[in-house]
Amino acid sequence: MRPILLKGHERPLTFLKYNRDGDLLFSCAKDHTPTVWYAHNGERLGTYRGHNGAVWCCDVSRDTTRLITGSADQSVKLWDCETGVQLHSFNFESPARAVSFAEGDKLVAITTDPFMEQQSAIHVKNIEGDQSKQNSDSVLTITGPQGRINRVLWGPLNKTIISAGEDATIRIWDAETGKCLKESDPETGHHKVITSMSKSADGSHFITGSHDKSAKLWDTRTLTLLKTYVTERPVNAAAISPLLDHVVIGGGQEASQVTMSDRRAGKFEAKFFHKVFEEEIGGVKGHFGPINALAFNPDGRSFVSGGEDGYVRLHHFDADYFHIKM
Amino acid sequence: MADVAVAPEAPHRLMTPDVMEPPRINLNIDWSQVDLDSVVLPPGEDCGIKSDDEEEEEEVLETDTGFGNVIVVDNLPIVAIEKFDKLEGVIRKIFGQIGVICEDGLWMPKDENGKTKGYAFIEYNTPQEAQTAREQTNGYKLDRSHVFVVNMFDDFDKYMKVPDEWVPPESKPYTPGENLLAWLTDERGRDQFVVRFGAETEVYWNDARQGKPDPVYHRTFWTESFVQWSPLGTYLATIHRQGAAVWGGEKTFNRLMRYIHPQVKLIDFSPGEKFMVTYSSHEPSNPRDTQRVTLNVFDVRSGKVLREFKGSADDFATGGTGGVAGVSWPVFRWGGGREDKYFARIGKNAISVYETETMGLLDKKSLKVDNVLDFSWSPTEPLLSLFVPEGGGGNQPARVSLVSIPSREELRQKNLFSVSDCKMYWQSSGEYLAVKVDRYTKTKKSTYTGFELFRIKERDIPIEVLELENKNDKIVAFAWEPKGHRFAIIHGDGPRPDITFYSMRSPNNVGRVTKLTTLKGKQANALYWSPIGRFCVLAGLKAYNGQLEFYNVDELETMATAEHFMATDVDWDPTGRFVSTSVTSVHQMENGFNIWSFNGKLLYRLSRDRFFQFLWRPRPPTLLTAEDEMEIAKNLRKYSKKYEVEDADALNAMSTQDIEHHRKLINEWKDWLSQWKNLYEEEAEQRMELRDGEPSDEEEDYEAEEVEVEEIINIEEEVVGYGFEQVD
Repeated sequence: MRPILLKGHERPLTFLKYNRDGDLLFSCAKDHTPTVWYAHNGERLGTYRGHNGAVWCCDVSRDTTRLITGSADQSVKLWDCETGVQLHSFNFESPARAVSFAEGDKLVAITTDPFMEQQSAIHVKNIEGDQSKQNSDSVLTITGPQGRINRVLWGPLNKTIISAGEDATIRIWDAETGKCLKESDPETGHHKVITSMSKSADGSHFITGSHDKSAKLWDTRTLTLLKTYVTERPVNAAAISPLLDHVVIGGGQEASQVTMSDRRAGKFEAKFFHKVFEEEIGGVKGHFGPINALAFNPDGRSFVSGGEDGYVRLHHFDADYFHIKM
Repeated sequence: MADVAVAPEAPHRLMTPDVMEPPRINLNIDWSQVDLDSVVLPPGEDCGIKSDDEEEEEEVLETDTGFGNVIVVDNLPIVAIEKFDKLEGVIRKIFGQIGVICEDGLWMPKDENGKTKGYAFIEYNTPQEAQTAREQTNGYKLDRSHVFVVNMFDDFDKYMKVPDEWVPPESKPYTPGENLLAWLTDERGRDQFVVRFGAETEVYWNDARQGKPDPVYHRTFWTESFVQWSPLGTYLATIHRQGAAVWGGEKTFNRLMRYIHPQVKLIDFSPGEKFMVTYSSHEPSNPRDTQRVTLNVFDVRSGKVLREFKGSADDFATGGTGGVAGVSWPVFRWGGGREDKYFARIGKNAISVYETETMGLLDKKSLKVDNVLDFSWSPTEPLLSLFVPEGGGGNQPARVSLVSIPSREELRQKNLFSVSDCKMYWQSSGEYLAVKVDRYTKTKKSTYTGFELFRIKERDIPIEVLELENKNDKIVAFAWEPKGHRFAIIHGDGPRPDITFYSMRSPNNVGRVTKLTTLKGKQANALYWSPIGRFCVLAGLKAYNGQLEFYNVDELETMATAEHFMATDVDWDPTGRFVSTSVTSVHQMENGFNIWSFNGKLLYRLSRDRFFQFLWRPRPPTLLTAEDEMEIAKNLRKYSKKYEVEDADALNAMSTQDIEHHRKLINEWKDWLSQWKNLYEEEAEQRMELRDGEPSDEEEDYEAEEVEVEEIINIEEEVVGYGFEQVD
């Protein structure tokens, strides 16, 4: 498996997202320009210019017309995917951390960091089909969790919102009322900052990665813990294969602790686990910094990893990957 | 200690002088006249001298009879009635000094003529006063012919109770202890190891067949600093604030004995695990003083302190001329192999050899060796090798000598010139001694290294000198082949040193050391021979990031090269079948251990955060004779078949087990998924609505098709002849 190295970012990667068709890959980094690439060969298609700070997260609509990006410049911007034109900017009092389109792409959930006197919050905004009607009014604002809310997702039928972040707790909120419906059990749940969260293809379950050196698989409806994958390094990113019963977990030592002597010391491998058996299958090395972002192509035949080293590595699986026997 | 008490028949005829505690008041006793040695104790009588085993039950004096504060004074002058008052006055004066005599507390019986009987009873206010009075006035010399004999009143009672007839003590029924060697009878011949990580301590079987460790025992906060196996593997020692403890047993780990030693820091077992030495150092109250050091020698089985050593840290520092190197552990080095007969420590200009039989200095004096810097015992016999550096400004050469104990006879001596340092390496069966000698070059600016090889078992102990081909090479490591006659040296100048193997024998010339081979440019800095010899792991630890090379010295070929990234420790199991490599918590990441086969195949690994210790449980030496072992080696093919079958069976059993487990997990998962799917389909319409009626193509043809393929991997049945007899 020879990876394709996508060298377009100048700063550490923060987030990677495929569109639904799997032909485009969107990448966010601490430099200010989210970038779109051809997913099959890694050719750069274009950038979205306008942010004035690190871009933490993005989401793309189902029909790949709209891209939404959340940035440390205290704004969330809505883009026309094709032209790269900024359609709208939601401005906040604090940095935006996570964004997520709801089913149908009429709503978006945005989380903002605690900043100055601002509490961390989840904002729900309308996305108008008619661009001229687009406004910045919040449909719902949820506050409560301590610390940053690093990831946000929509539950089935947009009835719930799932959030996870620095307080190591996963919460399910009612998307109508903003009431907290469920919280993850502090015993079985994560013990340190949750850094990533991503859904399975059918939305039935989701995986969370945490600095407690584990990733966990949860039921989207009931928030029951399904599986736990233990690794040796803090987890920054986790993703579920849409094709096989595999999950991939990436991370590594904190950038500040990384040894200068040997890149193997940091464990900057993307590790594959069997989703059901919780057994390690293998690893993909290459980055020389912690892995910050991971994503599976929706066809499950390739995956990308983005590292603190500023590179995106695009891997197309070899044939034998699909014949791994457990 | 001459603590002599009285015989039961005539308690008042004998004296009980207490030498160890001299009287606090001057009693004018002429001790020279008291011949302590002439006092012979009646056989079989302990005369009230308490043995340490006995529980202290004699504390309650007054409650027994109420006469705990009464003493009886014998050997008073016999006086007529007219002198009675005067005598009484004298007695009051003497005994009144010690404590308050009760009102009417002095009574001297008189006979019908009014003459005193020569004894008196004195009652004090408290039993303590009575005790002091007994201790201090017993033996008081009133005049030449009257020496007081003072006893506690209660003692009379006690001694009167001693039956006249000797009754043999009841023999307690024998309660069999646990079989502490039970782990050796494991059917599959596995070895145990202990690991310590975080607050946990766990003992496992090394189950290489299953490819995973098999837990034996687990305990949180078992020890406060470290654990240690005894040299034969019988006990596992743990360290606590109050002292050390040993654990062992048949099925699990029970505490077998405790060794009280507050703030114990280090422990060391004797090779035959009869004794344990514990060490602690205490900060002095005055910061200018040196640290106080306490060492205890315990009997492992009884837990009794056999000898205590106390002193300042300087007293226990390693010897040498002026340079004190601090206390090096072990302070006491055990000699004479597994018999545990001697232990020795180095002092200034002397080596103190102690006998375990008496726990005293051998022949009551140390072995005087001026300027001695280092010594070490032969691993098998009571033979000391010691190193004395150059003295007298270079006029006296440095020397290495071999001294036999207990005869103190110098068997061999070698003078060495312009020596900067020496290190002694004994071969494990005591056949050879290698002395690494660092010498100054002529300019005295640098040093070069050579070896002096002693053949201990040959007549006159011939010495051979071995020089390296390249004189500038630094010696990185040296190691003897255990039980063998080969050794290996890592030497070199640059970052990639060479490794050379030598043999003390050669095919045609028995008495010559020969070079076997040199491996050039290896990334290695440590040598680990298999305990049965033949195989050697060349390890590059620390700066080399854990490079491993498994080398067969018989064939002079590399069996495998591998890497355990960041490895800090390499250990062979006691049978030489497996190697463990571990990364301990000196590193932040990668903590855990790997188990390899002797030929470098990775069998399994386990990662544990904050990993501190990995220790194989040692085994006692084999009971088979050399001939028996030869016999087995000859018929190895016959035996190995049986084990091959067992291996295959175990593998089969495991894979079926695994498949079972996997199938169960898969089924659970499928159940869960189908539940979800039902709900998901129910919601399909609502979802379409959310998407403004756009159906999802995937949803419509979403149909998971699971095809299970099962392959039977040719199960071969083979009849194996168990044609062997058990060798005893």
